[in-house]
This record gives sequence, structure tokens and C-alpha cells, in this order.
Amino acid sequence: MASVKCLDWRLFFVDIKMISSTYVLIIILGFVFFFLGRKKIENMSLAEGKRPHSLVIYHGYYPFLLAVAPPLVLISLWIFLDDTMFNEMLKSRFPVDLELEGKQTILILLTKIRNIADGVMVGQPEIWIIDLANKLTSWRAYSEIFISLLAIISSVTMGLFAISSIGLQFRARNAVEKLLMFGLIICSLIAIITTIGIIFSVIFESIRFFRLIPPLEFLTGTVWNPEFEGAARAGSGQEGMSAYGSIPLFVGTFLISIIALSVSVPIGLFSAIYLSEYASKRFRGAVKPLLEILAGVPTVVYGFFAALTIAPFFRKTGGMFGLDVASESALAAGFVMGIMIIPFVSSLSDDVINAVPQSLRDASLSLGSTKSEAIKKVVLPAALPGIVASIILAVSRAVGETMIVVMAAGLAANLSLNPLDAVTTVTAQIVTILMGDQEFESAKTLSAFALALTLIMITLILNFFALQIVKKYREKYD
Amino acid sequence: MAKTKTEETVIASLKSRQKKEQNYKLLGIFAIAISIVFLLTILISIASKGIPGFFQYYITLEIELERERLDPLGDLSEQSLFDGQAKKIIQEAILEKTGAKSRNEKKAARKLLSNGSDTRLMEFSRANPSLMNTVQKIPFALDDDADSYFRGFVRKDTPENQRRLSNIQIEYLDRMNDEGLISYELSDYLFFGSASRNAEMAGIKGAAIGSALTLIVCFLIAFPLGVATAIYLEEFAPKNKFTELIEININNLAAVPSVVFGILGLAIFIKLFGMPRSIPLVGGMVLALMTLPTIIISSRAAIKSIPPSIRDGALGIGASPMQATMHHVVPLAIPGMLTGTIIGMAQALGETAPLLMIGMVAFIVDIPGSVTDPGTVLPVQIFMWADFAERMFVQKTSAAIIVLLIFLMLMNGGAVWLRRKLERSW
Repeated sequence: MASVKCLDWRLFFVDIKMISSTYVLIIILGFVFFFLGRKKIENMSLAEGKRPHSLVIYHGYYPFLLAVAPPLVLISLWIFLDDTMFNEMLKSRFPVDLELEGKQTILILLTKIRNIADGVMVGQPEIWIIDLANKLTSWRAYSEIFISLLAIISSVTMGLFAISSIGLQFRARNAVEKLLMFGLIICSLIAIITTIGIIFSVIFESIRFFRLIPPLEFLTGTVWNPEFEGAARAGSGQEGMSAYGSIPLFVGTFLISIIALSVSVPIGLFSAIYLSEYASKRFRGAVKPLLEILAGVPTVVYGFFAALTIAPFFRKTGGMFGLDVASESALAAGFVMGIMIIPFVSSLSDDVINAVPQSLRDASLSLGSTKSEAIKKVVLPAALPGIVASIILAVSRAVGETMIVVMAAGLAANLSLNPLDAVTTVTAQIVTILMGDQEFESAKTLSAFALALTLIMITLILNFFALQIVKKYREKYD
Repeated sequence: MAKTKTEETVIASLKSRQKKEQNYKLLGIFAIAISIVFLLTILISIASKGIPGFFQYYITLEIELERERLDPLGDLSEQSLFDGQAKKIIQEAILEKTGAKSRNEKKAARKLLSNGSDTRLMEFSRANPSLMNTVQKIPFALDDDADSYFRGFVRKDTPENQRRLSNIQIEYLDRMNDEGLISYELSDYLFFGSASRNAEMAGIKGAAIGSALTLIVCFLIAFPLGVATAIYLEEFAPKNKFTELIEININNLAAVPSVVFGILGLAIFIKLFGMPRSIPLVGGMVLALMTLPTIIISSRAAIKSIPPSIRDGALGIGASPMQATMHHVVPLAIPGMLTGTIIGMAQALGETAPLLMIGMVAFIVDIPGSVTDPGTVLPVQIFMWADFAERMFVQKTSAAIIVLLIFLMLMNGGAVWLRRKLERSW
């Protein structure tokens, strides 16, 4: 363990190998306790000639769960947290007289130490760094042994405790059910934890971004140019080199979404009307899955299709009419995105139209209206809130779509409402900024988090409104 | 009987109304037709480019497998073959076939062969040690430019300095083609090759294995968590503020754009927990969080569809609520849960954006052996190849897309089959 000389991720792997043998051992221990528990209750009930409170098998489950679950949780937590802990321990051992320039150097120093501990030595580092690296290596070894021992000891104690509490009067089933219920509750908390994780990771980094770039500049600036890393900001005569005005990105997102909607809403809506009001059952059964294939095609395929087939086609067609279409135009990306969201509009609207009570249609038809008149005058107005909601959901799809834009609309942050120009969107910028290695402390990287924050807020607000509209609509017909 | 005024107006307007009715209906058919045309256009355009991508041109050369030259140490080890003269032997063969004389001609002739030819010869010798010191006919891949010539992308009538093959190269290729040395075969590089900048050697094996590993991690995390959450919320959760909060959270997560999950993975798993980049483990964890809402929502629907009489029956003969759920309701709901899970997994398989952010976009030649080896996945591989300019990459990208779509179809088809086969109506 201590002599592992390889890169960081391989060390992680070794970590897991060591840990996974502990995992296996603990599960074996669990089975041992399972059989011990069962044996004990069987013997007891034979000896006393009485039936135990719970079924025999529960007296096996109980020690199994106690011996397996806590140690496994312990190890998993440790795997996640030990690196953070080591970093703190290293930081507290840095020389007192060390001169630091911001957090960035601390990170660099930590990486240096870790690299040396992993056996990657570049140049001649200071002696204290080598010292710390050696310390880190030994800590790692100790920590692995420590956690493995701790897990095994806790497994054995918990198992023994469980076995000792088994008796004819022991309510094993209730105990097992309590444990299971506890597990179920923990699992259902993951959704909340994920949301908290998203919100925190985005908000903290955004706050740091807004310390570098004033929020007003971010929200109202009209130039987006996050390149020129490290260019000094105000006062150095270089201001204006990198700019973080997000208006062009939002305008681009808006433009592409509008194009996408003008493709998908009419097509999706009319398909839904036809499928729910006119089509025979067989036709509907055949066509609906076909439309849904459109939603199942991966976005990267749409992006490839847009960049390779649609964009050149638009460019050529535009050229025939004397229009100058950019090779990565908003039109191509928006059009293909529109195709992608047709099924979202159509299947949601379909559901809503189907939910309109038949009596409304019958009433309208019996007054002598044609079918289309009934649809236009009665069914659609009744279904309107739901249709609006489905369109809002389609908007939030379009706003969050990434790959089509990255591949077909380009990355040029032009402030333009012309669909023939190249534009970029919020999501495309987030991806390009965060793709590949990056410094976590630079304004460029942090700007992606600020963009993500606004993106999340937009989609959540859209969804909130959609849900609100649907709720209101439901109350009407229940 | 005389007609009333109203009747007259109605009869007068009837024709135009019926026409409007017809038009309205046509509009609906037209809308459906357009969507189906779009679908077919996409599929046909991918298929027409992708099917040739499954094949490539090979040239069969007669190679004398001289043991001394190929395997100087004589033990067929990697080192020995590496020290050997595989490259030189192949070059000699191609020079002999083309009859190239001058320095430029020789250079032109050598360039017709793929860069990976020497590796291919080494692998061949290693696999067939018994054929040493014999003369064998071995197919080697043509370089992508030469390949493009046979596909008709390099035209003879374009001026020499504007195409990627010189006149002499085209002459060699034509001559060897007349001699029947060139063949068009199923590309072994596509299925067994790994990421490469050389179009003729690029393959999807690494990405496919990366995808499989990522999906396994995703399934192992998302399925138990999703099903447990669904069981709790549907069967046991009391109706209070707290469970309401959980439900709102799940719905919100379903609506969050997928890039945001990439950001979460980057900020939490990589930055905070210090996990390495580019590994399927992190990718699977990110995708698991992304597919969790899908699985939870469909599992809840599956549990809801079980009639209460099942539960009541179990409770009536003395089962505890947990026993009624675990022994009776959940086993019956499993097919529905699996259907939803497969659909969620299909989403995860096609997802690209969040994986770009956790570094799975790195150029990795090695095929990942475990979830902690750096790797990439199929959609990301497609994204990377789509950026390369070579003509042959367009076809290989389309071929990779076809493979991806086939997997997706199998998964979705499997979900539909499972639903039909196992779900019963009550």
C-alpha cells in the first residue's frame, strides 16, 4: 500500500481494491451472523417447546442487517471524505512563514505534494514538500488499515449484539421492519440531497464569480468574451479584454428557442389534434410510437444531423436566394431542435385534449357544428391551459438543450436576432467552458456556474408556471 | 315545406363549412406527415452515410514472415516484435507491388497504407506463430485518403494540388485494384479498434465498453435508490410537509437540464471529493442522479397500478404493512419498475452533455478495464468524431450512431416487450 507508485486515479483504484476486499469480508460476516441467529432461535424454541414471537427467518435478517449495513456506510463515507481530510491536515502543516498568493497556490502546493506521494517527481521540490508527501503516503496507508479494521470490528460487535438480543420474546420482525423503513427513508432523501447539492455547488461558485464580476455587468453587459485568461481587470489598461456580459447568450437562447417552437408547436399541436380527434385506433397506435422515436434519438445524433445535413442545406438554399447564411446558423440548430421537441408538444397536448370530457364535444356536435368547429370552438378552449403548459414545458426543453447547439449553432457570442447568423446559448457556453481541464478559481470557470444558476432558475420558473396552469385547469373538470 | 331563414343560411354556408372541415383534417394529416418525413430523413441520412462506414478498403499484400526480422528476440514478446522490422517488411511489400523507384514515389507509395499496418502485422505474427517463415497474404487497411478515393470522394479531374492524393498515388491504386489486390470488407477496426486520429483505424470498442461500464454503475445506483424511494413515497410516507418537499424535489429534478447534472458532478464529485476525471464511475454516478426521477416516477406508477385488494388481502390474513408491501405489492410491480428503469437507462446511454464536463471527452486510447479507468462513452465518441474533418470520419461517425441507435432500439423495444409480456391487467 505505502509503496504504490503511480498516478492519482490508480491510487484511487488500489484504494477501492483494498476496500472492496473489506466489503466482501463484511458481507461474509453478515451471512455468518445470519445463520448464527437462525440457529440460535431454532435451538431455543426446540429446547423450550415454544414458538418465537417472529418467524425464524427474521432472527437471521436482524443480525445480518446490523452486521452489514453500518460498516458499509462507514467505508463508503470514508472513501469520499478521506481526501478532503488529508488536504486539511496537510494545510495545517504548511510552514508558518510561507508566503501565499491567494488560494490558487495552496491548491498547486497540495497537488504537488500529492503527485510526489504518488511517485511523480517534477524538478527539485523544497524539502518540506517532500516531508509532507512522505507523511501523506503513510497517512494513506494508516487510513486504509484503520478504516478496514474499524469496519470489521464494528461489524462483529453489531452482529454479536444482535445475536445476544435474540430470544423467544424478541420482536425480530418489528426490528427488521424498522431498519428497512429507515433505509427506505434514507433513499428517498437522495432526491433532496441531490437538489441541495446542485443548488449549493452552483450558488457558492456563483457568489465567487460575482465577487470578481459585478452582477449588474453580468446581467446587462452585451459582450461575452471569457477568453484572455489572466488579463488584469480594471486599472491595468487591459480592461475590456475579457467580458462577461450574458445578454448575447440569453438572446441566442431566446432566438433558437423561438425557432424551435415555431417548428414544433404547429406540427405537434396539429398532430395531437388529428391523433386524438380524427385518427382511427389503428392509425393512432401506429403513428404515436413513431412520433415518440423522435424524442428517443440522442441529442448528439440530432447535432450531427444538424451540422452535417441541415446546415449545409440551409446555406445552399439561402445562397440561391442571395442570402448569406452562416455555416453554423441559429436557424439550422433551432429547426433541428424543433423536430426533436415535436413529440413533447404532441404527446402532452394529446393527453390534455383527450382529457376534455366527451359531453362537451357531444353537446357541440348535437347543435350542428362540424367536427372542426367543435374542436376550434369547444375542445381547444377547454384544453387551452393544458396546451399552454405543454408548450411551456417544451420551452424549458429547448432552453436546456445543449448538444445540438454546441454542434450546429457554434460558439460565437453574437448579439443578433437574425436567424441566419451564428449565435450561442447559455448551455453551449457552460459546456465549452467546463469541458476539459480548467482552473477552478478563474473568472472564466466560475462564469459557467453563474450561467448555470440563471439557467436553473429559468427552467424552474417555467416548470412552476406550467404546473400552476395544469393545476388550475384540473380543478375545472374534476 | 318552406325553408326558414335560418335553414337557408345554414344550407348556404354548409359547403364552405364542410370544405373547412376537410382542410382542417388535412392540416392534421399534413402535420403528422411532416414529422414522419423528418424522422425518415434523419434515419435515412444517417443510414446512407453510416452503412458504408461499417466497411473499409483493404489491400492484400504478400508478406514473407521472416522470423529473424519480425521477432529478433525469438519469444514473440511485445518488446521483441517492437524491436523487429514489421514496418520495413510491409513497406518493402508495397514498394514491390507499386514498383516505386524515386524517393518521392516511394514516399507516395508508403503513404497509401494505414499507419497501423505494422501493429497489424505484429498482431498477426503473434496470433499465428506456426506461420512464421512462410509467405502469407495479409489484408492491410488503406490510408483514409486512399480509402476515400475508392469511395469516390477524391476525383481525378480536380487539379493535383487540390486533392489529397497525387497522380502517382492514384495510378498505383488503380493498378493494384486492377490486379485484384484491393477489397471492400467489413471493417474490423470499427468494432475492435479504439480511439484514433487516423480515420481508417478508429473504432468504437473502447467507447462501447466505457458506455457499458458507465451504465452498470448508473443502474447499480439508480435502480435500488429509485425503487426504494418509490416504495417509501407510495406505500409508507405520511402526507406532510416533508414528503411534499421530497415530491416537489423529484419533479424539479426531472425538469433540470442535463448540463446541470454535469456541473453537479464536477463541483461535488471531482472538486469536493477529489475523485479523478474521465472515469466511468463518476460518469455513472452523474447519470444515476439524472435518471433517478424517471425511475422514481415510473416505479410509483407501477406500484399505483397494483389493485388495493392485493394489499388488503395480505393485511387481512395478518401480514404487517411491510410484509404486504415487500412480499405482495412490490413483486407484482417489478415489471413496471423495470420498464421505467430500462427507459431511464436508454436516456442515460444517449446522454452526452454532462459527461463532457466530467472529462469523459479526453482522448483515451486504452480500453477501460474497470470503472476507475479513464474512458469515454459512445455518444461522446460520436461528438468527438463529428469534429474531425476527414471524409472517412463522417462515415465512421454515422456507423457509430447506427450502433448507438441499435442499442437504444433494443433497450426501448425490450421495455415494450417486457411491459406486454409481464404486466397483467387487473
